[in-house]
Amino acid sequence: MSDPAATHAHQFDDAMQQREAATFGMWIFLATEVLFFGGMFLGYTVYRFAYPEAFAEASRHTLLSFGGTNVAVLLISSATMAFAVRAARERKRTALVWLLLTTAALGTLFLGIKGFEYAHEISEHLLPGKSFQFGGAHAEMFFYLYFLMTGVHALHVTIGVVLIAIFAFRAWRSDAFAQHDTPVDLLGLYWHFVDIVWVFLFPLIYLIDRHS
Amino acid sequence: MKLDADSKTYLCTTAALLALLALTIGAAFVNLGPFNTIAAMCISIAKGLLIILFFMHVRGSNHLIWVAVATGFFWLGIMFALSLSDFMTRGWK
Amino acid sequence: MITETRDLPMKVEPATNYLNVEHSIRSWLLTTDHKRIGLLYMVSITLFFFIGGAAATLMRLELLTPQGDLVTSATYNKLFTIHGVVMVWFFLIPSIPTVLGNFLVPMMIGARDVAFPRLNLASWYLFMAGGAFALFAIITGGVDTGWTFYTPYSSTYANGHVIAMAAGIFIAGFGSIATGLNFIVTIHKMRAPGLTWFRLPLFIWTIYTTSIIFVLATPVLAITLALMALERAFGVGIFNPAMGGDPLLFQHLFWFYSHPAVYIMILPGMGVVSELIPCFARKRLFGYNFVAYATVAIGVFGFLVWGHHMFVSSQSIYAGMIFSVLSFAVSIPSAIKVFNWTATLYKGSITFQTPMLYALGFIGLFTIGGLTGLFLASLAVDVPLHDTYFVIAHFHYIMVGGMVMGYLGGLHFWWPKISGRLYCEWLAKLSAVTIFLGFNLTFFPQFILGFLGMPRRYPVYAPEFQVLNVLSTSGASILAIGYLLPLAYLLWSLRYGKPAGANPWQATGLEWTTASPPPRDNFETTPVVTAGAYAYDAQLAESEAARHV
Repeated sequence: MSDPAATHAHQFDDAMQQREAATFGMWIFLATEVLFFGGMFLGYTVYRFAYPEAFAEASRHTLLSFGGTNVAVLLISSATMAFAVRAARERKRTALVWLLLTTAALGTLFLGIKGFEYAHEISEHLLPGKSFQFGGAHAEMFFYLYFLMTGVHALHVTIGVVLIAIFAFRAWRSDAFAQHDTPVDLLGLYWHFVDIVWVFLFPLIYLIDRHS
Repeated sequence: MKLDADSKTYLCTTAALLALLALTIGAAFVNLGPFNTIAAMCISIAKGLLIILFFMHVRGSNHLIWVAVATGFFWLGIMFALSLSDFMTRGWK
Repeated sequence: MITETRDLPMKVEPATNYLNVEHSIRSWLLTTDHKRIGLLYMVSITLFFFIGGAAATLMRLELLTPQGDLVTSATYNKLFTIHGVVMVWFFLIPSIPTVLGNFLVPMMIGARDVAFPRLNLASWYLFMAGGAFALFAIITGGVDTGWTFYTPYSSTYANGHVIAMAAGIFIAGFGSIATGLNFIVTIHKMRAPGLTWFRLPLFIWTIYTTSIIFVLATPVLAITLALMALERAFGVGIFNPAMGGDPLLFQHLFWFYSHPAVYIMILPGMGVVSELIPCFARKRLFGYNFVAYATVAIGVFGFLVWGHHMFVSSQSIYAGMIFSVLSFAVSIPSAIKVFNWTATLYKGSITFQTPMLYALGFIGLFTIGGLTGLFLASLAVDVPLHDTYFVIAHFHYIMVGGMVMGYLGGLHFWWPKISGRLYCEWLAKLSAVTIFLGFNLTFFPQFILGFLGMPRRYPVYAPEFQVLNVLSTSGASILAIGYLLPLAYLLWSLRYGKPAGANPWQATGLEWTTASPPPRDNFETTPVVTAGAYAYDAQLAESEAARHV
């Protein structure tokens, strides 16, 4: 697992210490992301308790089939990413490249579906602002939170896709991760986190009240 | 640091996640009153845990990683609990 | 404490050290050496200190007279905003962690560098980029919202470059997060063999706790400022009452960060004091374990009290009561530390070198500041005191009387290690006394002013407050001299100061076992630790034994 011939940066004593430090550091970064998204989730919670009917009605105007498909897309991309991390560990370059590309493709599919939803919602005048036409201020609050939270999430997905594509290219071109696969591990952690955020966002946006 | 690198584990986790997705969508169409929200959140937490434990390898990880994961969510809990202590009690006499 | 022997003669500067190993500008601006990065930060925060100080100078000049005759009210609003933003985010929050922390953390734990040296350099660039945005906002006309950016004023009605200023703080915040992350991983993973947690210097405990606060609180500030800026840019948002939004949501999110931020602005100072008191009393720190636990308790409890900034905001009274009780509780670990420092002094062999003067000043002034916090934590008493000069005096006693004195004390203590030179002791003592006297003359009258009802953030006041305001401004001018003197003599010492040698203070601690200035990789060989910190009694016993041989 840990290659005794692997080099390590000069501040570390050995490759194992470096790997543990990098992984721990990544988890601390993810904790900061939990709190970053958390501020928006708090805002959502406050206003959902304040305006339950408006939020329920507004939620029914989101495209459930698209949102639900997107959950599946990201869950499967998490699986392909997990396999990619394992391929990197096992020094299987071809598998690594294909799995990374598949993950990136699924991430891009997510963004495409999201983009389609946004275009649809904007054409239905659900974008908050001067052209908003739907319910009152409370429904507009829901849609503000919708665009905000899914938008910040989509930004994170985009960054992830770009990084995965770069990693795929570097793995293919120069077998960059043969000696040092930790970066793939760390990118995997980031990608899984992005998936978890969507897992929580999905019911809050799309499933408030589908039974009335 | 152990890696839970078993293919079977990954595939079972994926299947479980997709099953939970179907469950959460299905449950939304049934009128459970206030439990709709609770059920949805519990299912999300379950999915999150599956991803954290198996895809993110926390299950095989050392103590420190567990503490880092728990701390992030616990601190979020603090922010929610004390903020909501204001918002939920504003209307009380 | 260490098994390796010191080879270097006492007073000779080593030929190659981290300062002279390379000279180019590139080697400084692209350095990954934690010691050089500490110095980069030192220069940057000093510049920002003078900008924040300039704003304060203009404010205190205006407040010499009851009328608004030096600057307009609009300008005065900008001055206190600039003073707050710059002093909090670009001076005090970075101060000890990025200067002394960066320099000392790896050395105190026997490491060659921090865990992520390139991330460390990136954090400085993030700080500078954020500072550039803030300076842009200041130069192009300023911001008048107060450093607290309360909505809906900041998000809807304010004129000025609110978004640029918010962007600057946002970016600098990521620099803080990077620094905190780096320190946490370094302290967990890179301690020398034998250096268990309870053998660590308490400075490391405080930097560690401060780093936890950095990583858990700052992201919330980031999203909060982003939300405020979005609301301002697009006219829609969650803090806008016209949209059914709640301005108090902003305040909860803002203070969730900003209260723990004040613990960022005191814990490192406490860490410095915990190093200085044992050294200049030649005695082990009393109750090491209690001080360590108290440090972590302050960091954790500090996250539970933010609502005490919102007692009069129309927050629920029940939440107010919870926050009030928790605010009383958070004072206890701080008190424990003060008791332990005092007990360390008892029956110690005390000498009054400059760092000790700062440490003793810290203890007294921090205690006053902390006790006055209890008045403010009490719901009923806070009602008349909120937004008065009482609050201003309270937090300046802690942040300036405490933390800044801690920073200066630490700077003087470790200056010989950082520069390899000694500074002029009598001038340094004079500066410390000047600062202490100037500080008290500036801020003690403000307690009285607040108690008498003078509100903060106003350039005009009732005529009966003038005498106290004049006293305060006089104090500020003395304080300014006190702050300028160290700039002069410390810079002078770089060229003309006597070589310091490895351990001019005969202090314990791994950083004192290596040369001054240290080599690039800190230690010739990795130290092995066999005893706890502050082994001054062992040192005393050794020297006694040596004398009787």
